Amino acid sequence: MSNWIEIGAVEEIPKLGSRVVETAKGDIAVFRAADDHVFALRDSCPHKQGPLSQGIVHGHTVTCPLHNWKIDLASGEAQEPDEGCTGKYETKVEAGVVYLAL
Amino acid sequence: MKEKLVLVGNGMAGVRTIEELLKIAPDMYDITVFGAEPYGNYNRILLSPVLAGDKTIDDIMLNTLDWYEENNIKLHVGKTVVDVDRKGRKVIADDGTEETYDRLLLATGSNPFIIPVPGHGLPGVIGFRDIKDVDTMLGTAKTKTHAVVIGGGLLGLEAANGLKIQGMDVTVVHLTDTLMERQMDDVSGRMLQQSLEEKGLQFLMATQTEAILGDDCVKAVRFKDGLEISADIVVMAAGIRPNIELAEKIGLHCERGIVVNDTMQTFDPKIYSVGECVQHRGETYGLVAPLFEQGKVCANHLAKFGIGRYEGSVTSTKLKVTGIDLFSAGDFTGDDTTEDIIMKDVANGVYKKVVLKDNKIHGAVMYGDTVDGAWYFQMLRDGTDVSDIRDHLMFGQAHLGDAGHGGENAASAMSDDMEVCGCNGVCKGDIVNAITDKGLFTLEEVKAHTKAAASCGSCTGLVEQILASTVGDYSDTPKKKAMCGCTEHTHDEVRHAIKHNELTSIPAVHEFLEWKTPDGCASCRPALNFYVLAAWPNESVDDPQSRFINERVHANIQKDGTYSVVPRMWGGVTTPNELRAIADAAEKFDAKMVKVTGGQRIDLFGIKKEDLPEIWSDLNKAGMVSGHAYGKSLRTVKTCVGEEWCRFGTQDSTGLGIKIEEMTWGSQTPHKFKIAVSGCPRNCAEATIKDFGVVCVDSGYELHVGGNGGIHVKATDLLARVATEEEAMEYCGAFMQIYREEAHYLERTAPWIERVGLSYVKEKVVEDEVGRKVLNQRFLDSQDVFKFDPWAREVADAETRKVYIPIKKIG
Repeated sequence: MSNWIEIGAVEEIPKLGSRVVETAKGDIAVFRAADDHVFALRDSCPHKQGPLSQGIVHGHTVTCPLHNWKIDLASGEAQEPDEGCTGKYETKVEAGVVYLAL
Repeated sequence: MKEKLVLVGNGMAGVRTIEELLKIAPDMYDITVFGAEPYGNYNRILLSPVLAGDKTIDDIMLNTLDWYEENNIKLHVGKTVVDVDRKGRKVIADDGTEETYDRLLLATGSNPFIIPVPGHGLPGVIGFRDIKDVDTMLGTAKTKTHAVVIGGGLLGLEAANGLKIQGMDVTVVHLTDTLMERQMDDVSGRMLQQSLEEKGLQFLMATQTEAILGDDCVKAVRFKDGLEISADIVVMAAGIRPNIELAEKIGLHCERGIVVNDTMQTFDPKIYSVGECVQHRGETYGLVAPLFEQGKVCANHLAKFGIGRYEGSVTSTKLKVTGIDLFSAGDFTGDDTTEDIIMKDVANGVYKKVVLKDNKIHGAVMYGDTVDGAWYFQMLRDGTDVSDIRDHLMFGQAHLGDAGHGGENAASAMSDDMEVCGCNGVCKGDIVNAITDKGLFTLEEVKAHTKAAASCGSCTGLVEQILASTVGDYSDTPKKKAMCGCTEHTHDEVRHAIKHNELTSIPAVHEFLEWKTPDGCASCRPALNFYVLAAWPNESVDDPQSRFINERVHANIQKDGTYSVVPRMWGGVTTPNELRAIADAAEKFDAKMVKVTGGQRIDLFGIKKEDLPEIWSDLNKAGMVSGHAYGKSLRTVKTCVGEEWCRFGTQDSTGLGIKIEEMTWGSQTPHKFKIAVSGCPRNCAEATIKDFGVVCVDSGYELHVGGNGGIHVKATDLLARVATEEEAMEYCGAFMQIYREEAHYLERTAPWIERVGLSYVKEKVVEDEVGRKVLNQRFLDSQDVFKFDPWAREVADAETRKVYIPIKKIG
């Protein structure tokens, strides 16, 4: 069973932006798309470990700030022709509150 | 029930059209393809490397049989369509196979022109067109010695080169004095001939074939002058003819090719046609780039989107013979109305000729060093006025020296393990492999797959050369270059729309210009944010989520995810108090390095994001503000000490630098903007490689613009000489304003001026006094909005401060 952890209100994540959740195993980037979908990925680009939380969000994609790799927010997969994948985490939003499954 | 689309001709143009169609309307048609050859679609332009032994047939397959299956395309290979019943909408193949259609696409390509001399039908006389021809050549080369190639054009020379590599004695027979006379002038043609002779090819120039001799197969060739030479194989490469046999038979209007309109439709509205078989606006094309452009337009109309017109192509040519770089484009012969600029160094194997008409490039031919071919070609297609750069046009785009690839300018001379892209460590061999293995055709595709030329771009010319020598020709930039994949519009069109339709937000731009993606992308959104702000400083609101991270958090992200912090030091002048505060901050926030920058500032490295507001607060308290070292804005004004201290100083350069910095700090510009003020022509502040540079002289101030010390080292051009500080500042404001209003986002002043011409900038900023004052006033007005310390603002706002810290800490 997933262990749902409350993160905070959706409003605390900027639209088309991201906030970081610090964990003992490294940072997790929590993204909020324009349609209010919330996604969570390991805050580390599969290319050179750039902090994805600092990238520009567009659609359900984030562009890494270091070398412009485009990472799919839902799957963590790099967009072709780049190859690589970063860890993803389940999220849910209930009554305006974001939960993360760890 | 889906409509039925039948493609006749399983070649590059036809299948590319299907691919484009599947991209935009995957489920619209049931698709059937007829191909006369027994293969999937292969890359015909790579037949030369197959002949030369550099590639195998498998290497050049573009669409394997599996591809057709995966896309539910019914493929008839080895079947030639012999008739079309246009009334019953049905195609009929030679084996009796019939397929009905709602739309028919003819892509029957071309046939080699076989000169009808006696003996032309003998076994051993072939064209150079398909895999079968290559197999025949390879087979002959194994057992026989003598090859004759008739025709010294592109195809003939590639065939000759391949046969030579396969060990045959090859004689090329050419009708005129100059090889490739449609692509080369006589000088470059002779240089080409000499290089090929050094490779062991023999030439019979100005020679006409009279007959091919032999009984049951080819034995010899006889020429009009009576000479006879032995031949075991004769390759006819005297040109190609559009294959219009089928189209003529079924009564479609044909001239030299199948006549189509701008939507690639033939005179029968149900029938479209693309590729070498087509005649469009009187032209036929034999190179791949135009065919792909046609395919894209045709797919759009087949998908019933009804937008996009094919308006013809300007083509350029390169030769795929290892070790030879040549390039030509446009009309390089010229006439009474044109001028030539020629650079010729035969001993070094370099020849360049550019033909100008009304100060625009009309054509170009190059041999040896072709790295600037793409640059000339771009200016030719764009119709760029080159009067301002005429004096160094022949030395190329980067004549002052490009950084990063060791000064290489001839890709063919490079070995496979030599580095092409110094940013991403990509070698020539990597690029060649990617092009052939992944079937790449354009610069954009090569950039995406290999990352070569994808960072600083200084090796773009080399990458284009490699692309050219690997696939022959290519299309790099369409004439009208869209901002990004999210829109069809160019930067200029977008800027114009924002200004004239009072679009004051990104969503307004998206809606008005019908953006294709909901939020844009990481490339267009920052551009739109800037364009909106630049056009409407008072009416628009900055969108932080559309800014690159550095501008969002007012610091520079480093590779480990920490930030660097640079406080402003006006004119590069500081005080013990400021230095003390910087030292304290460095210790308090555990800066990993303290570094003096090139722009006369101090940079604190290794600062954690969550500490940023606090370090700013400390620096603010000591009277310092953000140095905007992260911004697309004024970076620094670098100065020397000037007349106050220096025995050579002519004016107060430090004082003027500070005044200019106080005027311009915080400004929003298309890209970073650097200024320097030097106190005398010794130019210690290096003002002549800045975006705006002032060199003080005894009589006043020289104002220089458009310099750059980066990838393309570029010295400034002199804009004007003025007598007073006030004038210098007015010119500075006006120049920054016109750059801000007219340059493309992320375009530095140097390439911007190269694009619009220095004369244009002088006309607006120097010659038009009223215009200059208006521009300067608009600059000052916008500075009322932009001139604030973002550090202090963030520190004061508890809400925005929150985004600097983690939303939650677990464990």
